[in-house]
Amino acid sequence: MSLYHVQKFLYELNRDEAVQAAYHTDRHAVIAPYELTDEERGALTEPDIGLLFHLGVNGQILMHFAALHQIEWSDYLQRMRDGIATHGPVREGVYAMTGYEGVDAHAEKLGQSSQATDGTGNAGTTNQES
Amino acid sequence: MPLVFAGVCSHAPGITGRSDQADPNIRDAFYAAFDQMRQDLEAAKPDALVIVAAEHFANFFMNNMPSFALGMADVYEGPIEDPGWLGIEKVTVPGNRDISERLIKGVMNHSDVSYAEEWRFDHGIMVPLHFLTPRYDLPIIPANINCQGPPLTPLPRAWAFGEAIRTAADAMPERIAVVGTGGISHWPATPDSGKINEPWDREFMDRWCRNDKDALLSYDDNQVYAEAGQGGFEIRTFLCISAAAGGARGTVHFYAPIPIFSVGCTVATYQLDGAVQAPAGVVSAGAQP
Repeated sequence: MSLYHVQKFLYELNRDEAVQAAYHTDRHAVIAPYELTDEERGALTEPDIGLLFHLGVNGQILMHFAALHQIEWSDYLQRMRDGIATHGPVREGVYAMTGYEGVDAHAEKLGQSSQATDGTGNAGTTNQES
Repeated sequence: MPLVFAGVCSHAPGITGRSDQADPNIRDAFYAAFDQMRQDLEAAKPDALVIVAAEHFANFFMNNMPSFALGMADVYEGPIEDPGWLGIEKVTVPGNRDISERLIKGVMNHSDVSYAEEWRFDHGIMVPLHFLTPRYDLPIIPANINCQGPPLTPLPRAWAFGEAIRTAADAMPERIAVVGTGGISHWPATPDSGKINEPWDREFMDRWCRNDKDALLSYDDNQVYAEAGQGGFEIRTFLCISAAAGGARGTVHFYAPIPIFSVGCTVATYQLDGAVQAPAGVVSAGAQP
């Protein structure tokens, strides 16, 4: 596991158009300097948004990577949910800090419905106590 | 000169990037509150605006993460995001190196702070500026509190940073305004994006309006994470403004959960002149639960 290096690459990719150009030219070459596992290289080059979220990439970094690939917002959210469903809870990082367990379980713990997490966003507040 | 303006607002990228997907009635009321904040800010005639943000890995990463940073440049750029995705064109934003340097020197007497002569703004600053200084004609001094990469800045230190900004600003001849941007409860850019804990938000803003230091500093990060999401860590920017306001009472001009914007959208200000100009508390300009 080298979450730090995965996020470091994405951080530099997100803020530097030259790195973006290099990524578009040869994805494997641009990540070569980073200390990554085969799983992480695959996730970054495919790209596999769900696996990257499962590995622990911060959403504030990951959402820009999704935008770079022209992944629409609701699709981005669904890919993360699919990643949790396929690979299990987030392994490390900020979302694993207190045990991120997936949308439904998380909502249930808060006494809330997960209705508004479909990305369309117009279902109103989800809090059942309000 | 005493601080001339203090307020807080939301900064989520969906506010501009997904504006077409929101309920137009609530969205337009929110935009109107933002525009009133702009008018109030302009009426305060600031020489510079310190915008206290919780940036999202645009300039600072875990290779060298400062708890606090202040910008010290004549020019900034933003947004780092794709303009089409964010709904804000790339622009040049004016700074003022001289004012920044004197502010930083003053802050350093009371709070350790990194300074940065380069700073590329992300949505955390660009979304508020889009509404508050749409002509990009007011010098900006960006400030950052680490709300993203744990270990995070402790809440009492965020408070002390706000007090340091106030002390430094009051000692300067310029008219300084401060605006904090961030949360409140939200789970941005995660599978739970769109979830908003409205009762938690209203309780927080009640404490903010009362400027109740003990109540504001009583939040615990594990509790915040469980009840308000990782986006709730950004309350540090709101606390900083409370401290900078020096005990003033506040008013929430707008609050409404707008899930497609991924946050309970908020516009609030403090009355800095010591006189209570409006009843302190939450004015529910937005939708009621």
